[in-house]
Amino acid sequence: MSFQFRTATALLPLCEENAVSIAELTIRSEVESGNLPREEVVAKMLTYYQSMKESVFRGLEITERSRSGLSGGDSKRMLEHSRSPTVSVLGPVFERSIAYALAVLETNAAFGRIVATPTAGSAGICPACLLTWQQERGADDARVSEALFTAAGIGKIIGYGACFSGAQGGCQAEIGSACSMAAAAICELDGGTPAQALNAAALALQNTLGLICDPIGGYVEAPCMMRNGLFGIHAFGASAISLSGVKSIVPFDEVVGALREVGHKMPRMYKETSEGGLATTPTGLRFKPKTP
Amino acid sequence: MSHFSAFEVIGPPMVGPSSSHTAGACRIGWAARTILGEEPAGADVFLHGSFEATGAGHGTREAITAGLLGFSPDDERLKSAPKIAAQNGFEINFSPIDLGPQAHPNSVRIRLRGTQSQSILTASSIGGGAILIEELDGFRVEIPGRFETLLLWHRDTSGFLARVTAVLGCVEINVAGIRTSRRERGEEALTAIEIDDTFPPEVLALLHRMPTIFRLNVLPVLPGY
Repeated sequence: MSFQFRTATALLPLCEENAVSIAELTIRSEVESGNLPREEVVAKMLTYYQSMKESVFRGLEITERSRSGLSGGDSKRMLEHSRSPTVSVLGPVFERSIAYALAVLETNAAFGRIVATPTAGSAGICPACLLTWQQERGADDARVSEALFTAAGIGKIIGYGACFSGAQGGCQAEIGSACSMAAAAICELDGGTPAQALNAAALALQNTLGLICDPIGGYVEAPCMMRNGLFGIHAFGASAISLSGVKSIVPFDEVVGALREVGHKMPRMYKETSEGGLATTPTGLRFKPKTP
Repeated sequence: MSHFSAFEVIGPPMVGPSSSHTAGACRIGWAARTILGEEPAGADVFLHGSFEATGAGHGTREAITAGLLGFSPDDERLKSAPKIAAQNGFEINFSPIDLGPQAHPNSVRIRLRGTQSQSILTASSIGGGAILIEELDGFRVEIPGRFETLLLWHRDTSGFLARVTAVLGCVEINVAGIRTSRRERGEEALTAIEIDDTFPPEVLALLHRMPTIFRLNVLPVLPGY
C-alpha cells in the first residue's frame, strides 16, 4: 500500500519521495490496487482519450437541434468564429477550446458516445483543455492521455473528500471537479511540479464554490454546455496563475472540505431537481417537459 | 469507498446524456439481465423519484431497456433500444413507484421473467454511472458491481460460509467482500461474494454440487469498469 492516497496532504510527500508526477503516482496506485498490469492501465486511458477526441469531432459536425430544442449547432458556430477575422481578443486558441467543450456536450445531448469526466454533464472540460494543449504543443496522444491520470488523481481526492454528483453537491461538484482536474492536468503537462498542479487545482475549484445545478427542463444541456465551455478557459487560467508562482491562500484539501460543506448546505432545489435557478425562470419553465 | 479507481473518475465511456440517469440506468438493466441468467421475455420496471420525474429527457427508459437487452452503456443502439426490444417480442412495462423517503432519488425496481426463472431487484444509480444493487429476490444486498460477484441462493445452515470459502481458498481466490442475508433461521438465504479476479469454471462446478445451494450465478464486473 505504498502509492495510495486520499488527500493532497498524503499525495504530495508520495510524489516527492518517489520523485514522480501526480500522473505517475496515480498510475502506480492504479496498478497496485486494481487488476490490470501497467501497460493495460496506460493503454486503457489512451483509448479513453481517443474516445474523448472523437466526441469533440463528432459534436463539431452537429447542425440539428437536440430533442429538447435547447442545443445543437453551437459548437460549430463557435469553431467558425474562432477561424474568422472577427475573432475576439481571446484569440483563436481559446475560442476553439470553447468550441471543443461545447461539442462534447452536443454529442452527449444527441445520445452520442462520450467519456464521463468525471460526469457526463461536465465531460467537455478535460477533452477541450487537453486537445487544445495538444494542438498548441504538438504532443502525441500517448503523452497527453497520461495527463488524464493527473486529472484522475485530483478527481480521486475530490471523490473521497466530497462528491461528483450534481444531485448531491450541486454543479460545483461536477463542473468544479472537472475544471480542477483539467487545471492540474494542464499544469503538469506544462512542466508544473506536483505542488504547482495541486495549487492549480485549488485555484480552479475555489472559484466554482456555490455553483448550483439548475438544468433547464431537467436536460443536461443548458446551462451545462456553456459552463463546460467557459470553465475550460477557467482551468487554463488557474494553471497559468499557479505556474507563475502565485499560491492559493487555502490549500487543496481545505478547498475540497469547503466544497463538501457548501454541497451539504445547498438547498435541494439547487441540486439537479430543476426546481430553482435558471430552470424556474420564465424562459427556463418553457422547456419543462409536459409529461415524464 | 475502500477502492477508488482512476477509471471511476475518468469514465465510463458512455452514450449520453447523463451518467446517473443514462449510464447507471443501463448498468442496472444489464445487471438484472445477467442475474436472471437467461434471455428475458418480459419485464416490469418501477421507477422511483428522479428516475421517474426527469428520466424522460435523460433517456432513462431507453437506457434500462438497453441494459435489459445486454447492451453496455457505450452502445449507440441505446437510443433505439425500445424498438429493438419490441421487434424481439420482449415486453417491458414501465410504471412509477414510491420506494419511501430512505430510497435514493435515482432508484428502480425491476421484475424480470425468463422462460425458466424470474428475479426481482431494486437498485439505485448513485452518481457518475456507479450503481448499487440493494435488494435481490427479497434479500437485502449491497452489490456495486465493481468486482466479479458470486451469487448463491442456498439454505441457511451452519458451516455454509466455511465450506464455500474453503473451496475458494484452495485455489487462492481472494475475497474482497462477502454478505449473507436470510429470510429466517434455517430458511432460504442469499450470499454475495465479491472477488478480485474471476471465478474459474471448475470452482463453480464444485460449488454446484453442494446440496444446500439451490442456484448459483456470477455477475461479472459491470461494463465500463
